[in-house]
Amino acid sequence: MRLAFPLVVSAFLFSLGVFGVLVRRNAVLVLMSVELMLNGVNLNLVAFDAWWADALHGGQVLTLFVITIAAAEVGLGLAIVLLVFRNRGTSDLTDLGLLDERTEDDQRPADVDQPEDAR
Amino acid sequence: MMPVLVVLTPFVAAAAGLVVGRNRLLAQRVAVVGTGIALALSVGMGVMVWVGGPSVDEWGTVPTGWVPVTIATRADGLGATLAIMVSSVALCVQIYSTAYMHRQPRYGTFAALVSLFTAAMLLVVLADDLIVLLVGWEVMGICSALLIGHHWEREEARSASVKAFVVTRLGDVGLLAGILVMADLTGSFRISELQQSATASTALTVGLVLMLCGVVGKSAQVPLHVWLPDAMAGPTPVSALIHAATMVAAGVFLVARLHSVYLLSSVALAILAIVASATMLLAALAALAQDDYKRVLAWSTSSQLAYMLGALAVGGYSAGLFHLLAHGAFKALLFLAAGAIAHALGTTMLPDMGGLRRSMPMTYLVSSLGLAALVGLPPLVGFFSKESVLGAAEEAALHGGPLPAWSAWLVLLAGLATVLLTAAYATRAWLLAFRGPPRWSGAAHDPPPAMRTPVVALAVPTVVLGVLAFMPAVVSAMFDPGDQVAAEPEGLSFDVGTAVVSLALVGMGALAVFAEWRRTGQRDPSVSLGQAHGLLADGFGVDRLYDTVIVRPFLALSRLVVASDRDVIHAYVRGAGRSARALGGLPHAAQAGHVQGYVTAVLAFVVILAAAGAGAALL
Repeated sequence: MRLAFPLVVSAFLFSLGVFGVLVRRNAVLVLMSVELMLNGVNLNLVAFDAWWADALHGGQVLTLFVITIAAAEVGLGLAIVLLVFRNRGTSDLTDLGLLDERTEDDQRPADVDQPEDAR
Repeated sequence: MMPVLVVLTPFVAAAAGLVVGRNRLLAQRVAVVGTGIALALSVGMGVMVWVGGPSVDEWGTVPTGWVPVTIATRADGLGATLAIMVSSVALCVQIYSTAYMHRQPRYGTFAALVSLFTAAMLLVVLADDLIVLLVGWEVMGICSALLIGHHWEREEARSASVKAFVVTRLGDVGLLAGILVMADLTGSFRISELQQSATASTALTVGLVLMLCGVVGKSAQVPLHVWLPDAMAGPTPVSALIHAATMVAAGVFLVARLHSVYLLSSVALAILAIVASATMLLAALAALAQDDYKRVLAWSTSSQLAYMLGALAVGGYSAGLFHLLAHGAFKALLFLAAGAIAHALGTTMLPDMGGLRRSMPMTYLVSSLGLAALVGLPPLVGFFSKESVLGAAEEAALHGGPLPAWSAWLVLLAGLATVLLTAAYATRAWLLAFRGPPRWSGAAHDPPPAMRTPVVALAVPTVVLGVLAFMPAVVSAMFDPGDQVAAEPEGLSFDVGTAVVSLALVGMGALAVFAEWRRTGQRDPSVSLGQAHGLLADGFGVDRLYDTVIVRPFLALSRLVVASDRDVIHAYVRGAGRSARALGGLPHAAQAGHVQGYVTAVLAFVVILAAAGAGAALL
């Protein structure tokens, strides 16, 4: 089998995952998109492993690792999403803006410093 | 060794007084005992000087890169006499203050500052180096300003304090410049060196005239006299010690100390004579119309200091110093007696006094003695000292002196006119305070013993110091300037003619005021001056003139500087901050907390990097 077929499929899977991560608003769906990206990578690994005919089958071993870690990661991720939902009543990523560094002052027009002699 | 001990004792007392200031009793003891020891040491130093001769000691040199400053002291007749006078008046004032300041807050600081002042004044009279003298001079200045502002709760005390500080500082700039000119001429700050090597030259005249600026500021002479009347906002003991007997006399002392140098420059002496003549007349006129008894005394101090400077200007070295000594005694006496009145009545305003003759007989007696000495009635000391001043002026006017004859005439005529005015204002103050009907209510009585003793003690020299006039040898020993160049100080010169004339003037002045007082039914005689009264009470409006010509433009300039700093210079600083902040705001706006936005940016950069890498690889 030609190498190009699985690579195209894996690139399609990865791009689908990226699109999901960037566009979906629901945190659960974002997690699922991450899984899609991981699986794209897995397919890549397996395809190259077969193509190289590696005696130690490093690609397949690594794939098994990735699947294990992905399972753990999804478990952790879902737990976080669950807690966020419990605390905030939503899992919509656009509503979770805690990383916004701008203070309320910044969002007003900037007034740098009160001059000391403006008593 | 002695001069250093004399200076250090009150200094240590001042430091200790600050430490124990909270404990009133301890502070009193430290202040009185410290000043007492200083007096004993001064007397000891006097004995050493008069028995063993004058001595100059060096305690070290301070390299400056130019003319070195020498920590040098000088014990001679002049220094010892003034040291004894300063420490005796200081002791009187310290004892007096224990009672006078009894109920006042901040007694500890007050007593410590008076001790520090005493140390500084003793340093001035005992220094043999102009810079060392200047140090004492400036410490006195700051003590004076702080003590004027002792009642800083009151607005007038605060502004009087600042005024005294600023005005005297104005003169001190001239003094410093004069000292530097002197050092440039002689290559040394030493007074003894200056006296030995000074020769008449234009540069010397410039230096001497510049130093006169400091004298004029310190001794409250025209045109820097404006601070002294306001300085009466300070506690009365301070007025007695600093603004009557000692500090204001430091200017006179400085001219006396450098008298042999001043004699080399007739221009400087003529300027001094003009300043002194103007001051003695104007101040005496102003004293005529004051309502505050202390202000009467303050103007009179200005006028009497002008007598001393006038005497020095006409070459009457001993006469000027004799008057300094006499004035120190009777003016301190007058102020302490005024303090007794303030203590009893709670006011120093003449319109609120009257009839104190019966209720305060002791104060009445000593004040009468003091005023009589001020007027110059024989046989009190004031008569002899004033006559010796007038005698010296007449001598210089008729037979030639170290200064142009016209300026000697000026001093003589102004002096005689001032005799008349002095008699008038002293009589007016005496009548208003002690005679006539009482214009106060309540019970006034003589002060407690701690205040009474110093006043009576000061009455003694007021009465007996006059005998010095008949002991020329003692006078020349007392005022021996201790330098090899100057001749022995001449004795006091008296002239029967001026004595008769001035006694007649005293009689005229006193009787005119008395007659007017009787005619107007025992009311203030100065009201009869009509229009002139307001002008005189105002001190000829000099304060308002300075306010218009100097203070207001200066304040306007200050406001301009503030405005240009705030609106021009600070605008650039603010602008720099604002623009940096605005620039930072641009990338900051992207940091909106949308994780997906961040990831998109990361991905975009990855793609760009990859494309760039690929492009680079292909090329």
